[in-house]
Amino acid sequence: MGSERAEELIERAESEAQSTPPEFTGEYPIVVEGITNQFGPQVVHDDLSLKVKRGEILGVVGGSGTGKSVLMRSIIGLQIPSEGSIEVLGQSITDAEEDEDIDIRSRWGVLFQGGALFSTLTVAENVEVPLRQFYPELSDALRQEIARYKVRLSGLPEEATSKYPSELSGGMKKRAGLARALALDPELLFLDEPTAGLDPIGAAAFDRLTRELADTLGLTVFLITHDLDTLHAICDRVAVLADKKVIAVGTIPELLALDHPWIQEYFNGPRGRAAEATHTRSMSGTMDKDNKGGA
Amino acid sequence: MREWADFELVEGESGPVLRVSGPLTVAGIAPLDTRLRELDDIAAIDIAGITAIDTVGAWTVWRSATRMDAQVTGASDKATRLIEAVKAAENTAAITPPRSRLMERVPEAVGIKVSEMLVGMKDMVGFLGTTIVAFGALIRHPRRFPILALIRQIELVGVSSLGIIGLMSFLIGIVVAQQGAVQLQQFGAEIYTINLTGRLTLRELGVLMTAIMVAGRSGSAFAAQIGTMKLTEEVDAMRTIGVSPIERLVVPRILAAVLMMPLLGFYSAVIAIIGGAFIANFALDIPFWTFLSRTREVVPMTDLYVGLVKAPVFGLIVAMSGCYQGMQVSGNAEEVGLRTTLAVVQAIFMVIVLDAFFAVFFTEIGWA
Repeated sequence: MGSERAEELIERAESEAQSTPPEFTGEYPIVVEGITNQFGPQVVHDDLSLKVKRGEILGVVGGSGTGKSVLMRSIIGLQIPSEGSIEVLGQSITDAEEDEDIDIRSRWGVLFQGGALFSTLTVAENVEVPLRQFYPELSDALRQEIARYKVRLSGLPEEATSKYPSELSGGMKKRAGLARALALDPELLFLDEPTAGLDPIGAAAFDRLTRELADTLGLTVFLITHDLDTLHAICDRVAVLADKKVIAVGTIPELLALDHPWIQEYFNGPRGRAAEATHTRSMSGTMDKDNKGGA
Repeated sequence: MREWADFELVEGESGPVLRVSGPLTVAGIAPLDTRLRELDDIAAIDIAGITAIDTVGAWTVWRSATRMDAQVTGASDKATRLIEAVKAAENTAAITPPRSRLMERVPEAVGIKVSEMLVGMKDMVGFLGTTIVAFGALIRHPRRFPILALIRQIELVGVSSLGIIGLMSFLIGIVVAQQGAVQLQQFGAEIYTINLTGRLTLRELGVLMTAIMVAGRSGSAFAAQIGTMKLTEEVDAMRTIGVSPIERLVVPRILAAVLMMPLLGFYSAVIAIIGGAFIANFALDIPFWTFLSRTREVVPMTDLYVGLVKAPVFGLIVAMSGCYQGMQVSGNAEEVGLRTTLAVVQAIFMVIVLDAFFAVFFTEIGWA
């Protein structure tokens, strides 16, 4: 009985002509080379290049309007750059036909700025959407179990599982968005200002959660942020966007060694110093404690 | 070709051992999961032979192990870490909020509908009152009058709809004249086509069809615009700054509709008569200009008054229900669509009901 049903499932899935994606073993899951993005006369990116290392959390910073979100949208194929090439997990985004594109789509998760939850579905149903889309062969029971544990994994309380997005606070919406981004156990995670609009305690918890998930699940994270605390606390490297390019990529000490006025002002301004001080304090204070995340 | 996770049962020291192989990931787990659910009484699950694992695989292993009280052996570091993570994330809550039974849901829905209708009626009267008060305030403080918004709305409601209303009226004039002529010819009375077209369009059709068109074009736009502004908290922002959203959003729209409806209704009737004259010229051998001059003789002035009295009232109803439904939006994007539909349906329904009352009323006062 059971095996018959299983055979049937396999047949159905294989008729969808999906194949097991080859595991990505290269060093750079995201390679952006010389892209140019333009809206009318306004040039956002001009010959911009960036490589993201496997397993790292890369923070992307830049003043408002320097095209951080546009860069993310280009990488995930929502905005086609007029020039240059983008490769994600070894597949070209800029050359890909629509259909070919789709099988990498199941290997990344995206958290948009406002959460971008489907407002007519509950949190758990939101998580189910990508599962239904990419793995229709999963049984209802398993799919629901997955949705349920992902909700908790993103740090939401159990009660949030059956709530609609309009019933959630801003911070909970972000966590629900994260749960949906993690639905398919992606290798890549894109976060667009995950801590913007959260209270400091919530933001710190979200940072810890991101770090913990990245370590546990072995994720590569592309993280757009304005939050200096996030940069200090969880980012392995930081990419700085200015003058329509990535002007520098490196750890914060490496960036500070550069003599660029914007970078100096960004990290050495009053807020930058405060964030650094907090980080140094917490590093020495909690060295031996395990960094358990929480809601 | 897709790879799937598989398992085999082998006899171990303390009972049957489940030996799992293949990729234990979301992409490869479906058949394994289905088969696992039908097993019981396993002493251990050995996952040393798997090629990959993610949280879905870890969840499935942990769930099965817990259910059958089995040991998990051969787990790599990564597998152990993932199993710990999903164990901590166990969640037994329902996916959707609980739903009551059909037998309870249907009467409940009916009850809610009825009470909403009563409340809605009360609210709408309240809304009309609020608008009148806001209008009064604007008369007392004419400087606050949103004249630019009014002109913009007049353009949207009136000027930009001339094309579509003209085309619609022209076609209606053709249909009325042509179909009327076919029937009247049987009595040899096709000359009365002129009476039919002229009186019908001026009294009824011009204004009624225009009201329906304005409800579809502008009433829906009012509801969607104001509804979206409510969702994005623009309306709240206005209130906070001390600008009355009724004065700034509702009054210009209602005023524009009330002012434009008589003009559009009259315009519609005129174009319909031209349409009738046009078809009469070709199909009935009544020359175009004869049709028009004869219209002046057979259509009493009161027919025009009937149309002109009804038009602003219809405009008020259409704009009111559009703005009212827009202001009622709260929650999500679906609500905007729902309220927009409601605004149009409500407006058209009320216009037709009121038109029936008007018909009886004007006949009774002798404007027949």
